[in-house]
Amino acid sequence: MNGVHDMGGMHGFGKVEPEPDEPVFHAPWEGRVLAMNRAMGYLGLWSIDISRFSRETLPPHVYLASSYYRKWTLGLENLCLQFGLVGEDELAAGRALHPAKPVKRTLTPADVPKTLSRGSFERPPPAPAKFKPGDRVRTRNINPPGHTRLPRYARGHAGAIEHIRGCHVFPDAVAAGKGEDPQWLYTVVFDARELWGEFADPALKVSIEAWEPYLEAIP
Amino acid sequence: MQTTHQHAGGGHEHKAAPTVEEITDFEVLEIAVRELAIEHGLFTAEDHRRFTEWAESIGPAAGSRLVAKAWTDPAFKARLLADGTAACKEIGIDWAEPTGFGTPSDYMNFRVLEDTPTLHHVIVCTLCSCYPRPLLGMSPEWYRSTNYRRRLVRWPREVLAEFGLILPPEVEIRVEDSNQKCRFIVLPVRPSGTENWTEEQLAAIVTRDCMIGVALPRPGRTADVHPVHKARHPVHSSPSMRAAE
Repeated sequence: MNGVHDMGGMHGFGKVEPEPDEPVFHAPWEGRVLAMNRAMGYLGLWSIDISRFSRETLPPHVYLASSYYRKWTLGLENLCLQFGLVGEDELAAGRALHPAKPVKRTLTPADVPKTLSRGSFERPPPAPAKFKPGDRVRTRNINPPGHTRLPRYARGHAGAIEHIRGCHVFPDAVAAGKGEDPQWLYTVVFDARELWGEFADPALKVSIEAWEPYLEAIP
Repeated sequence: MQTTHQHAGGGHEHKAAPTVEEITDFEVLEIAVRELAIEHGLFTAEDHRRFTEWAESIGPAAGSRLVAKAWTDPAFKARLLADGTAACKEIGIDWAEPTGFGTPSDYMNFRVLEDTPTLHHVIVCTLCSCYPRPLLGMSPEWYRSTNYRRRLVRWPREVLAEFGLILPPEVEIRVEDSNQKCRFIVLPVRPSGTENWTEEQLAAIVTRDCMIGVALPRPGRTADVHPVHKARHPVHSSPSMRAAE
């Protein structure tokens, strides 16, 4: 989706302001939100791609005005509603009003180390990779309403394959509920002038990782 | 001029919300969601507490060790550049089965980007905030900020200058948008004046910012200290932030 989360190259938002002596968490609730997201992820009801999409679909003004962990909470709230874990009426009341929906597993303290490991998202390739390092490619000009990991600033541009990064679960498909649809992943490098025009820094290159369906060969 | 008109004043500037928030309505919401989840048995208060403590405890030390080892051991460096995920196991970091580090994120490949005297790498995730947590711990707030995510792929020299890193124009910059399955750190050039240093001494100058690419290691610099550029017209000015000033 062409959302505000896809912000590479946008104007008008000022400088980066690093904080001196930044704590890991600015307030206890930030750490609690992180832990809550991990614990809920352990239920196995959704994937990283679905949870990202949940944050991306927050209303634009809410996304932009929210801190990192606030976005995580609001995204989690959406997921809880979407997957029927809590009801709107329960959120309004601030307490449980219905019996809990059965879930296949829940996190216990003994399992915390297991949540630190991750399921592999690498999959056996359904076909050989179409591209090899050095190939010239153009990113497709796609504007899907659903989840995608092709940033807007890198659509419709010519670049070169730099690396093949394996075959993995395709986020665009998973987030749309269309299954894993494994795809090859590449590092593609672009000249900044290709992305940003003739006045861009001639000594700048930008690389992204792009799925094979995002790319077409330049003959 | 490509960049500066947004700072030219005029009273219509906007900046994203500060990421340190009041504990007000929002904390009430957080508590409500958490307590509902606990009531429904989706997680327990205890596992929640343990995870919070773990997340607060990790930092960039593993990444610093990795870089120092690569600087002192050419064979290790070659293995690291060929397969970062495998080489990490040599310093006790297993991306697939982390022991005390790591999160269930979607990283699959860990890749090290090697700087040279004429090539400088810097990392961003424009779409969210992907970050190599098993090596660097939790990301700093500025890395997740909208301003960093927006600007780095377009105006990296300006952003780096704001961090105090001014690169000569002939140094090529490679911005790596960490938008997918790979996680990256930068392997900076080992600075002169460190010729006889031990790995421990070297690791002390490889700060988090050096591994993201917004700073360069140098003898005597053992902490990430940034120049502070205050916004002239902050949109949000909460009571707690005013109190801190």
